[in-house]
Amino acid sequence: MNKFDVIIIGGGLAGLRAGIELSGNAKVAMLTKVYPMRSHSSAAEGGVNAALGNRGDNKEDNVYTHTYDTVKGSDYLADQDAAEILCKEGIDRVYEMEHWGVPFSRTEEGKIAQRPFGGGSYARACYASDKTGHALLETMYERSLKENLFVFNEYMVLKLVVKDGYVHGVVALSLRTGEVEGFIAKTIIIATGGLGRIYSFTTNAHINTGFGNAIAYWAGVTLKDSEFIQFHPTGLPTTGILITEGVRGEGGILKNRLGERFMEKYVSMKPPELAPRDIVARSMMIEINEGRGFPDMGGYLHLDVTHLDPEIVKKRLSQIRELTISFMGIDPLKKPIPVRPVQHYSMGGIGTDIDGATNIKGIYAAGEAACVSVHGANRLGANSLLETLVFGRRAGVAALNYVRNERFNPSESYVNSAVVEIKSKIKGLFNKKNGGTESTKIMHELQQTMDKYVGIFRNQIGLERGIEIIADLKKRFEKVGVSSKGTTYNLELIRVLELEGMLDIAEVIAKGALARTETRGAHFRTDHKERDDTNWLKHTIAEYTPDGPRFSYQPVLIGKYKPQKRVY
Amino acid sequence: MKKKMRKFKIYRYDPEKDSKPYYREYSVETHEGMTLLDAIIHISENMDPSLSVRYSCRMSVCGSCGMSVNDSLKLACKTQLETLHGDVLKIEPLPSMKVIKDLVVDMEPFLDNLKKVKPYLITHTPDPAKERLQSVYDRELIDSSVDCILCGCCTTSCPVFWTDKGYLGPAAITKAFRFLYDSRDEGYEDRLHVLGGVGGVDKCHHAYRCVEACPKNINTTYAIDMVKKLILTGKRDTE
Repeated sequence: MNKFDVIIIGGGLAGLRAGIELSGNAKVAMLTKVYPMRSHSSAAEGGVNAALGNRGDNKEDNVYTHTYDTVKGSDYLADQDAAEILCKEGIDRVYEMEHWGVPFSRTEEGKIAQRPFGGGSYARACYASDKTGHALLETMYERSLKENLFVFNEYMVLKLVVKDGYVHGVVALSLRTGEVEGFIAKTIIIATGGLGRIYSFTTNAHINTGFGNAIAYWAGVTLKDSEFIQFHPTGLPTTGILITEGVRGEGGILKNRLGERFMEKYVSMKPPELAPRDIVARSMMIEINEGRGFPDMGGYLHLDVTHLDPEIVKKRLSQIRELTISFMGIDPLKKPIPVRPVQHYSMGGIGTDIDGATNIKGIYAAGEAACVSVHGANRLGANSLLETLVFGRRAGVAALNYVRNERFNPSESYVNSAVVEIKSKIKGLFNKKNGGTESTKIMHELQQTMDKYVGIFRNQIGLERGIEIIADLKKRFEKVGVSSKGTTYNLELIRVLELEGMLDIAEVIAKGALARTETRGAHFRTDHKERDDTNWLKHTIAEYTPDGPRFSYQPVLIGKYKPQKRVY
Repeated sequence: MKKKMRKFKIYRYDPEKDSKPYYREYSVETHEGMTLLDAIIHISENMDPSLSVRYSCRMSVCGSCGMSVNDSLKLACKTQLETLHGDVLKIEPLPSMKVIKDLVVDMEPFLDNLKKVKPYLITHTPDPAKERLQSVYDRELIDSSVDCILCGCCTTSCPVFWTDKGYLGPAAITKAFRFLYDSRDEGYEDRLHVLGGVGGVDKCHHAYRCVEACPKNINTTYAIDMVKKLILTGKRDTE
């Protein structure tokens, strides 16, 4: 059986960064559902924050202004020690990525170019045109080749083997052969990214089903602050494809059907389009719901760059132009881009400390799958790429320490019995009658339910209805089987396995949202419109039980920034 | 929204049970704005879950869904159905690659070629405390080549690569160009032998199939020529 010191699950930026830290220092392998460069990190567009002060107008920027912006943006739910680490180490990590070859756009002086982003006091998003995620992921993948990181491509981890409070390894399905294989490892790093596909209208890739969170949850790892889901203000209305905040950073203006620059009504800051995402997304939905949006394609507004220098659009927003032409048939140089708020990011996830450690010995997590928490109730744009670099590395460092200092030996027999268990589970799915389209139907109904009841505006009645539907879908899922019996690249099997996780994660999100009777950041309750620091300045912790999540709460680490009313 | 029934003739091959490949036809109700990937996902989810295909981002940045459509290579996600003509759309895997199942091919030889050109920034001088400076002009020299998503459309469209798997192919050479013409890179010597060697740049016959196939509009043949020029003259042509 395969035996490693460390197994990294997921080949995006966080997983690769952890792997690069470990490669050569420990026996490490990465198991990833898609080839690393196919990971969804590549779809990040606008930038990665770091207070480099590379422009004439951002020389005053520093770690503490960045930390303050992050904490205020989080509606004070971020842990302030974690936020400070993010902003401090982020500077080193961004320079490191430049040294490894990231083709950042440049200032006239030849430095890394920076642009303004939402909720930032200074222009601090370092960018490579509007393809920053792709540039970072390619470079990180290339660096991992240089470091000879060992990768099992197209392996989907189905189970974390946890016994007596320790992890012993994982069970994974090779998508190519259909083999179920055991891997012994005393350390696991989960870096499986987001869960946007639990929603119907999302910027996320098809792979982002939150399955890493699900296998962790099933294994007893606790999830933190799952109810905080970010809706990005600007997605293309039919497909949900992301239109970066960088468009507004470069001077793009949001307008309603009447041609009004409506964001001026909601915030007093300038430019008003660069308020944090939760506020812009909500304001946009108010405009649409009150009839000032364009009615077709589910309702939308305009993001206008026609007044900008066409060279800026062509050079700094080239991908946005390509996407809008390809998917809407509209050239942003000539006509405004149609946009609508869209599910984008999970602030919550696998609960970790500042070193990526979870409540189970040997299990670490980093990136979007994790919740440290640096984003709290609302993430600032360009802080997520930064998180993957900073906390991907930190998880790698911590995992290496654990490997070297922890004397515990994982048990092969535990992993073997888990392999038997998973093989019999899959056999069971093949034997059930209800295969074919039933799983797809359940998935689509789940996605619609999350859009409708666990979206930007939430309330008790809607959340209760959503939870009821999820419970029904879970019952229906018990009868679901797999009709395609092939072993090679069996998409139906993958879908059914992931659906089970999606249902459980959706339940955690919806129930956490119902319990939290306040409004904070992206969690807006129309029946509890105020932030309630007396009762709710705390992290939600969800633990798996067969009857659904058991919730408890943990204090937020407040540092020098005392919670204040959040005004922009 | 305008709707229209269209036929998709899809290449099928399951090495576990098929002695040879065959085509299966599906009729799908299509609408304005629908992409080829949307249609394929519709087939997979609602009509035939046994179909195997790779896809993920659906926004032409992950590079998963390269395939042959009516004999030209495209990213399924970036292909609007309205732009495809004919009563029946013929959908096949990337050509000249080993088929794992249906539209899924073995990408390993493609990635092995990539690895041969040392696809990472090579520097011998120590890293500075901050960034390595690079002029706006120098950054623009590698502008479109850094957009490569490694989908494989260019290399698998290349008639030289079809017959000679020893050829690095346009994707790997474009990646080499991206580093050789990066003002920060110092890896010319490290890459020279493989690019100037037997399977290197000399194999390119200027069929321009790769340029036609690239979904990111990268001028791959230009990149190959620039690498060839660098090898011949020993210096970067940065004019």
